[in-house]
Amino acid sequence: MASSPANRRYNKRVIVLSLLYAAFLLGAVYAFKHHLLSGPAAWIAAILPALAIIGIFAAIGLYLVEEQDEYLRMLMIRQTLWASGFALSIATVWGFLESFELVHHVESYYVAVLWFGGLGLGTCANKLTIGRGR
Amino acid sequence: MNNRLKVLRAERNWSQGDLADKLEVSRQSVNAIETGRYDPSLPLAFKIAELFELAIEDIFVSPSKEA
Repeated sequence: MASSPANRRYNKRVIVLSLLYAAFLLGAVYAFKHHLLSGPAAWIAAILPALAIIGIFAAIGLYLVEEQDEYLRMLMIRQTLWASGFALSIATVWGFLESFELVHHVESYYVAVLWFGGLGLGTCANKLTIGRGR
Repeated sequence: MNNRLKVLRAERNWSQGDLADKLEVSRQSVNAIETGRYDPSLPLAFKIAELFELAIEDIFVSPSKEA
């Protein structure tokens, strides 16, 4: 992705949220492993890493709102479409395979992991099609 | 969409970066438009036309009129 003021803000937000995600996740894993939490505190600790991931989704949305360059905005929209199609397709196939007990259960948060992987796929698709400009 | 952007830019000795600065877009946008890989919105097409003091149809070739 090319660097624009909106892109720089997006990168900063994603870095901060990624650090928060790592901190929340490590904290939650430690606390649950040592049985330090129960009741509402356990729920909050379990949800905090998810909130950081949701923050990254929001950062992408903010980027699309703030990006003044229509071409760069379109590239990101294409990336998110690829990501959504990729993640939802795999999740759907896996869901059916799991229903028929052909594969083991996978935690649903892996859909987000697939979606972020799909963003990378979208970057490749952009470069192979319209985004070849250096 | 085919266009004369590269020619018009070259006539003024502007680099893609120069044109991008004047249009307040990224150099990648200029490159994509020049090479016909991206069709600009109407507001951006007007901005380009006004910068070169030409009509939009003097810069961009209508798809229906392309050979």
